[in-house]
Amino acid sequence: MGHNGILNGPYMYEPKRPMDTYAAQAKFEAADTWLGFKQLLPLSFFVGAFGLAFGLAASQEGLSDGAIALMSALVFAGTSQFAALDMWGTQVPLVPLMITTFAINARHLLMGATLYPWLRYLPPVKRYGLMLFASDANWAMAMQGFYRGERALGILFGGGLAIWSCWMLGTGVGLYFGSAIEDPFSIGLDMVLGCFLLAMALGGRKDSRTLIIWFVAGSSAMLAYWWLPTNSHVVVGALSGGLLGAFWMEKKVPEKNEPANNKQEQEQDKR
Amino acid sequence: MNLATAGNGTLLIIIVMALVTLATRLGGVFVMSFIPFNQRVHQFITAMSGSVLIAILTPMAVNGDIGARAALLTTALTMLVLKKQLPAITAGVLAAALSRYFFVS
Repeated sequence: MGHNGILNGPYMYEPKRPMDTYAAQAKFEAADTWLGFKQLLPLSFFVGAFGLAFGLAASQEGLSDGAIALMSALVFAGTSQFAALDMWGTQVPLVPLMITTFAINARHLLMGATLYPWLRYLPPVKRYGLMLFASDANWAMAMQGFYRGERALGILFGGGLAIWSCWMLGTGVGLYFGSAIEDPFSIGLDMVLGCFLLAMALGGRKDSRTLIIWFVAGSSAMLAYWWLPTNSHVVVGALSGGLLGAFWMEKKVPEKNEPANNKQEQEQDKR
Repeated sequence: MNLATAGNGTLLIIIVMALVTLATRLGGVFVMSFIPFNQRVHQFITAMSGSVLIAILTPMAVNGDIGARAALLTTALTMLVLKKQLPAITAGVLAAALSRYFFVS
């Protein structure tokens, strides 16, 4: 059994005995962290650009350098940090700040829940320690790895470290050389995360059941976006998709999916 | 209640934000540890993991500017043809930049 399980992926996805598969995939060793770090590093540079934009915006808002770095380090959730800047003045209202931060970051709750089948096999310190660095990109990549039958806790944690480091680096660069990128919007940097998440979604399984679940998730997210309070659309969309998935029993995974999975793994090896 | 941004107020704001965000990172795992894990929960989780992505992306595509739409469309097409993430993301960002350059004054 190779130690670099992320790339080898010796465990196939087996719905019949999910418990065994989860336990086997839930192994987590130091080498996995390094591999995950390297796998997420190219994308992390894009995240660094976000950090740069935040550092620049925050210093223009009048926050001290120390406060900006501390916020990026401890909060590590870009969208909510930008939202806090929107509220910034001589005073910041406490309850709206908490509600906004919670609403924007509530998707982390769902990410934690989706990772639980694997995390449950770890001792509590590791289980919650891994989640400290959970963010959109490394979560999405880890889930894709898990569904391919690989060991992906290293992607979650090592990838999280890569993203956090680049996020900090970017924030720092934004503080000192922010004027280098005057308008991140005009060069499309605001779309990095969107493109990344879409690429992740399309890299996974695409049977008709999945597509219908996605359609329901997307439509209800859109309705929530129009009619419900700001930032509720992610949670509403994800829960509707999840509920449909829970009540629409799944047929056995067809065998013909397996060659496709193997092909994907080989492509992964080449990179 | 308002927090002044002068003095220690900023530090307090950062700590509040950090704690709320931490609660969201740990909360999902914590709640799941009380729920019996069966086939239905398994399917709920599987369906939800894709739905999170779609729920983030749909308003971006529907309400986004021409750059956002071009970026997502290009990423989708590149991904379906090449099945590789980095080229798909790069092409998408490039499409956003180009379409904004040519179509947004």
